[in-house]
Amino acid sequence: MPVYRDEAVVLRTQKLGEADRIVTLLTRRHGRVRAVAKGVRRTGSRFGSRVEPFMHVDLQLYEGRSLDTVTQAETLEPYGDRIARDYGRYTAGTAVLETAERLSAEEREPSLKLYLLVVGALRALAESQHTPTLILDAFILRAMSIAGYEPVLEACARCDEPGPHRYFAVALGGLVCREHRPPGSASVSPQSLGLMGALLSGDWSVADAAEDRTQRETSGLVAAYLQWHLEHGLRSLRLVERQ
Amino acid sequence: MYEGPVQDLIDELGRLPGVGPKGAQRIAFYLLAADPADVRRLVDALTEVKDKVKFCTICGNVSEAGQCRVCRDPRRDLAVICVVEEPKDVVAIERTREFRGRYHVLGGAISPIEGVGPDDLRIRELMTRLADGTVTELILATDPNLEGEATATYLARLVKPMDLKVTRLASGLPVGGDLEYADEVTLGRAFEGRRALEV
Repeated sequence: MPVYRDEAVVLRTQKLGEADRIVTLLTRRHGRVRAVAKGVRRTGSRFGSRVEPFMHVDLQLYEGRSLDTVTQAETLEPYGDRIARDYGRYTAGTAVLETAERLSAEEREPSLKLYLLVVGALRALAESQHTPTLILDAFILRAMSIAGYEPVLEACARCDEPGPHRYFAVALGGLVCREHRPPGSASVSPQSLGLMGALLSGDWSVADAAEDRTQRETSGLVAAYLQWHLEHGLRSLRLVERQ
Repeated sequence: MYEGPVQDLIDELGRLPGVGPKGAQRIAFYLLAADPADVRRLVDALTEVKDKVKFCTICGNVSEAGQCRVCRDPRRDLAVICVVEEPKDVVAIERTREFRGRYHVLGGAISPIEGVGPDDLRIRELMTRLADGTVTELILATDPNLEGEATATYLARLVKPMDLKVTRLASGLPVGGDLEYADEVTLGRAFEGRRALEV
């Protein structure tokens, strides 16, 4: 299969040589792929903005030993242009892309669910459907669920005693009862718990109505939960513009 | 692999951007065979660039003195500042001979995925330059890619309360290209920024 075609979202680009770029793609059928886009940094490049981060594209790629080569590109949705016009959306969107890259650990391991989730998050950001940080938190929680790290919010993560509980332990994977809470576990307000549940299930009427204080507390918990499971910190997360 | 100094040279050359292990080896053996006077000139150029070249205290461009050639030039318009990412962008704009104002070199673009935020660029210095009211127009000439656009958006929002004329370099079709190969975003921008043809 030397030449193949697939839909993809561009996650990251790095400069290569004089005028080329290495693009990291999350594809629909081939998982995460790294490919060379030749001559893309020249102003007269035929790829133009098509292989910029956030772009949703239909690509033809030539399979190589370590890196593939982009031979043709067509835009499906130019999310990048609309996202970069608002700084809050841009920083939240970058964190979406970095999370997606880190959660797709293996190259060429298909993950259709993650791909569809990324496309959905970028569309929501580009169309300004909700607050950018809420879209980011919803994406992180659902992407973690797909990766097998869904936080336990209904019962104690240790003893399964039905909740609601007040304590959240990132290391144990969610809420914990008073008896099993490890030292230093965060105490969570019922509103934040409600918001996390709403973000996970996609109940946007509840999420959009959340107060700023609740949103901030939830974002803190979601970020801590993600960083714990990724082991290394996410670089873009500290630069996300919070309202 | 090779004995002492040769391997050291290959290792050092291999750390340069765009130079791989094979390229480093090729350059090292070229230098070994080269005339000693040529090698001495290269060594002097490298030492001098580190010793003599500084960054302009006003705009951040590379300079031999405390201030760069553009900032020292009294004929330049003090009311206009053109913001660019790198010193090489200053050279590219100077080649056009279209711009008579001064520059401000940010030292990169905002790229959260690389860990580069607004505090890592020379944005604070730009705000200090704008504070005294001399400047009336700010031209945002960051790269027309995603990071450059986001940096321009951030700067435009930051200087909004200052009541300045803020402009962005136009995006559009490259001269000498074919329309059918233009991507949707570029073509869309070209339409957005179309202008009346005066004949």
